[in-house]
Amino acid sequence: MMRRETRFGSLDHYEKGGVQVINDDARNYAFSNIFEVASKSEPYEKVAVGKNLKYVLEAIRAEGTSPWYAAAHDEAAIVMDGEVEIRLVKLDTKVVADDHEGTTMLEGNPKGKKMGYIVARRGHMALLPKGAAYQFHAAKPGVILLQTIGGDLTAERWKDICQK
Amino acid sequence: MAEAKQNDYGYRPFTAGGFKFERDEYFAHISWPGGTHTMPVDAFLRALMRDISWNFFYGVVNFDQVFGTTNHYGNVDAFAGLYNAGYRNHNKHHVENFKTDEVRAVFEAMLDDWTNEGFDPFAAPEETGTPFGPKRGNNRAAINRKRLVANRMTGMKGDIPLRSDAAGNPVNRQFADVPQDQPEIHAEPGFENEVHAFNFFGYVSRSDVTWNPSVCSAVKDSQVCATTEEFILPIIHGNDRVEWFVQLSDEIHWDIQDRDTGTPRARVVMKAGDVAAMPADIRHQGFSPKRSILLVWENNASDLPELYAKKKLKPNPVDF
Repeated sequence: MMRRETRFGSLDHYEKGGVQVINDDARNYAFSNIFEVASKSEPYEKVAVGKNLKYVLEAIRAEGTSPWYAAAHDEAAIVMDGEVEIRLVKLDTKVVADDHEGTTMLEGNPKGKKMGYIVARRGHMALLPKGAAYQFHAAKPGVILLQTIGGDLTAERWKDICQK
Repeated sequence: MAEAKQNDYGYRPFTAGGFKFERDEYFAHISWPGGTHTMPVDAFLRALMRDISWNFFYGVVNFDQVFGTTNHYGNVDAFAGLYNAGYRNHNKHHVENFKTDEVRAVFEAMLDDWTNEGFDPFAAPEETGTPFGPKRGNNRAAINRKRLVANRMTGMKGDIPLRSDAAGNPVNRQFADVPQDQPEIHAEPGFENEVHAFNFFGYVSRSDVTWNPSVCSAVKDSQVCATTEEFILPIIHGNDRVEWFVQLSDEIHWDIQDRDTGTPRARVVMKAGDVAAMPADIRHQGFSPKRSILLVWENNASDLPELYAKKKLKPNPVDF
């Protein structure tokens, strides 16, 4: 049987496609590449690569230890490259208002009970549950795709990341 | 409505309002007051399968450049030539509106009767038998799969279960090299149900269907849907809202046309890591040379079709 190779991207190696315009404006497709965005980002900068009204997909360069974060809603993290440890703490008190959307950065360490931790590698998806604080740690540079809602920390720089 | 009498090939004809559907050994024949249309029956059954499975999906499901359905969420238009400039310019199009359950019942009965033993409309062509020839048996196991919709995240307690060899979900032949290791989960006592992660790529690599997004994680109305793609998207999807694609492995080439006329607008080539929006005023069809993993990102808010239709929202997601 013929063996097929499944091709994934990484910070070290990715190929980029693109929009071939016939009668359109390439900007309508907001075309970018997660690995290219992360390769030009600061550690744990949350750069929107998808936006559907209030919802976003953020490309995050995982490198070193992140601040602690929390949200009033679930978030989901997909590790696209590397290995990321995700530390979780159940917050003793509410630090983000119920109606506040998006990720909130916490000051210092969260107060609460340790929930545990996850070690996730490429292709793994992890829940960042509402009511919990979380922190990422990556010994080597990696990439996270975060499903969340646009918030105070979301960086939108479409002009810089998208095909024009 | 199904008519009882089989034709010479063993297939029953079906009607929905003024539309009549018949099949022979190679083709599906569609007729309506004032026109007729012919499709290869393999393409017709693959499109019909998606239309039913997705409950008429978001917006327009074009079976080809002539026939299709438009979802109004509670009722459905079946049309011929409605989104084809040639038909529209000469007033040759035809549209009928049905209650969703009524047209769905007709389509389900037609799919059941016209799908032969050994043909799986969800499978890639290399993985399944032929749909052609006179009627022989059925394939109800294949056509009655349920679309998987996670409430919070796949694999959580009480949510959509994970896939495994033991559960009858082997890794697809084209994903034999996709790692199947699970993340390390170190949950403190009492938090076993909240500390959750799973091998998303591995889960998708075990899908036995193509071009059939299933919801794997939800943040309110934001739905991350995963799907494995091989060969051609069997429908041309006309958007009623913006959706986004993230190519997770390999590559897909998309033909983009104007949603209402079919006029070509662009080609979008997506490779692993690429992200692209599908604007709310286009139709698209994908071509995946090798089985690939695609993340389809949807906004499930129910008010969006009306907001886009009334132009209260722009069809492109961001300006820059």
